[in-house]
Amino acid sequence: MSNVANPNLDNSTEESAVNNNSSNSEIKNDLMDHDLSNLDLSKVDWSKLPDENGHFGIYGGRFASETLIEAIQELDDAYKTLQSDPTFQEAIDNDLRHYVGRPSPLYHAERWSKELGGAQIYLKREDLNHTGAHKINNTIGQALLAKHMGKPRIIAETGAGQHGVASATIAARLGLECVVYMGEKDVERQKQNVYRMKLLGAEVRPVSSGSKTLKDALNEAMRDWVTNVDNTFYCIGTVAGPHPYPMMVRNFQAIIGREAKQQCLEQTGRLPDALVACVGGGSNAIGLFHEFLPDLDVKIYSVEPGGMGIETGEHAATLCTAKPGVLHGNRMYLMADDNGQVIEPYSISAGLDYPGVGPEHCLLIDMKRAKAVSVTDKESLQGFHDLCRIEGIIPALESAHALAYVKKLAPTMSKDQTIIVNLSGRGDKDLNTVAALEGISI
Amino acid sequence: MSNRLKDCFAQLEKDGKKALIPFVTAGDSNKSITVPLMHRMVESGADIIELGIPFSDPMADGPTIQLACERALVHHTSVSDVIEMVKEFRQSNDETPIVLMGYLNPVEAFGYENFAKSAAEVGIDGLLTVDLPPEESDQMAGILAKYDIDPIFLLSPTTTPERIQRIVNAGSGYLYYVSLKGVTGSSILNVEEVSEKVAAIKTYTTLPVGVGFGIKDAESATAISAVSDGVIVGSAIVKIIENNVDDADTILEQIGALLKSMRIAMDA
Repeated sequence: MSNVANPNLDNSTEESAVNNNSSNSEIKNDLMDHDLSNLDLSKVDWSKLPDENGHFGIYGGRFASETLIEAIQELDDAYKTLQSDPTFQEAIDNDLRHYVGRPSPLYHAERWSKELGGAQIYLKREDLNHTGAHKINNTIGQALLAKHMGKPRIIAETGAGQHGVASATIAARLGLECVVYMGEKDVERQKQNVYRMKLLGAEVRPVSSGSKTLKDALNEAMRDWVTNVDNTFYCIGTVAGPHPYPMMVRNFQAIIGREAKQQCLEQTGRLPDALVACVGGGSNAIGLFHEFLPDLDVKIYSVEPGGMGIETGEHAATLCTAKPGVLHGNRMYLMADDNGQVIEPYSISAGLDYPGVGPEHCLLIDMKRAKAVSVTDKESLQGFHDLCRIEGIIPALESAHALAYVKKLAPTMSKDQTIIVNLSGRGDKDLNTVAALEGISI
Repeated sequence: MSNRLKDCFAQLEKDGKKALIPFVTAGDSNKSITVPLMHRMVESGADIIELGIPFSDPMADGPTIQLACERALVHHTSVSDVIEMVKEFRQSNDETPIVLMGYLNPVEAFGYENFAKSAAEVGIDGLLTVDLPPEESDQMAGILAKYDIDPIFLLSPTTTPERIQRIVNAGSGYLYYVSLKGVTGSSILNVEEVSEKVAAIKTYTTLPVGVGFGIKDAESATAISAVSDGVIVGSAIVKIIENNVDDADTILEQIGALLKSMRIAMDA
């Protein structure tokens, strides 16, 4: 039977592998031929990434069960329509301005810059957003989309609880039912955020399957979605998942970079020399990076959680260490063992504790547009304390990873150069963790 | 080339019977039980066996199959173990078609070409990768075709006519119709709806259509087999393993009895 289908399948293999994006023809979706290390970046059409099927080269795509395909397609269609609808954009802009408090400031950390003795450091203050992190930029967009699609119920997965809180917040604001899936271990670790979600009217469902953390919460949310597709919108918190999620979430987060670019030009008269952001799934990072991708003189650093140290195996530095794999609806760098079973990663920061990473980040690393680096728990804690004491800002442990890398990078640059670092969230949620390390219980 | 699936459905049609297709996760609850269980399934009336490749994150499955994967992964059951099991099974059974079912990542980690070559060598007839829809499967399809392994695809209640066409073009061997919205192990089954949808699918293709999700006893197997070409029984079998983890004899006995009861009812 199989030979009947052969000729057609063979043809389509070649066509789609070689020709699925004529303007970026060298960025192939071909597992046998995807080396991009010698790609001429000046020829890349950044506006055409991903291609129309959601591929960033071999990454991204729509690796979903048939039971979900129509729901994903429905979302794709709705997003395409609303993307070019000025009323929808206006509604988002309005909420971002008056509800979230955008634009968030670009703050020149003069004292810290001076102390490090190198480049001028500017913090993009996403920590000042309503709910205390960048996550709400995305949930506002997706929740408005859910409302437009007539879905009265939104579901979300959460690790540290920031995306769960951001989802619960906007659900309350729009009068939507909200169910948040959270690994049992994380429910225990992040009691305060669990209570915040409950206050906001959301139902938090602890997930006891698998490793009982973020990836399992995502699995469980997908199971809910497939069972309740008729009335439910799945609000994914990061730039991963089946297409269009990685593109859509990026577009909702890209306001970070658009604002930062304008603010940087206003304050310094030129583009920054480097961008630094922490990468777990990668939504805050791509939010900052995206606007600057064509500006090839702007260096991009993706800072991953090195945990106890890469050599110990106890980390979540996916871009730095992993190979391409498929999970949660897309191909991406994935921490898995030789048998393809997903490895449970480790990081001090629950928000970076994810075994995969958004597909666009994978492509940026392969094509050498961005550089993947890692810092350890210890280094990130030092970054945390430095910002507290030198600038009077308590950063999230996630963002502290980016700060820790800035601490290494800034001294290697000259004083007239500029770094923008994404301060993606505030550290209130991490006080228990940090205090516990010092033997203090609060 | 392997003609087991084609021959199997041809024979069933000739005999006026429907296919009974049990599913079990390889290595659940240990590696040594799987091959004897496969033989017992055939003795109890199974026509085709779907053998699950365990995966750490089985997103489209319910808690029953997830736990089966976890039990199998305690013993690190790998793709090469699964291939070895089929090799052992084939030493005394060269007729019953074997379809591997699982998620893409373990197969991708093994390597498409390496997988297809090894699978063909031991007599594996088909592969169903739950998270690999036809749109993403060009490269895999080309390689499976080269080794005469049938790509089996899912169809669901929400699949549009446009995609039905695409899926029946891409698939071979048989099609797997998911009877309800939800994950494996869900319980509500609407026979009338299944009947209409299977009839609709059959206007696009001559491929046999098997139906899975929600079939748990002789009654549901009979009702669904009456409106399709076969029934796929997964969670009901896996549940027996879950309830008798350390007791191989009871597992074999109860699964054998369940399949026999289905066989008798379906053939009546």
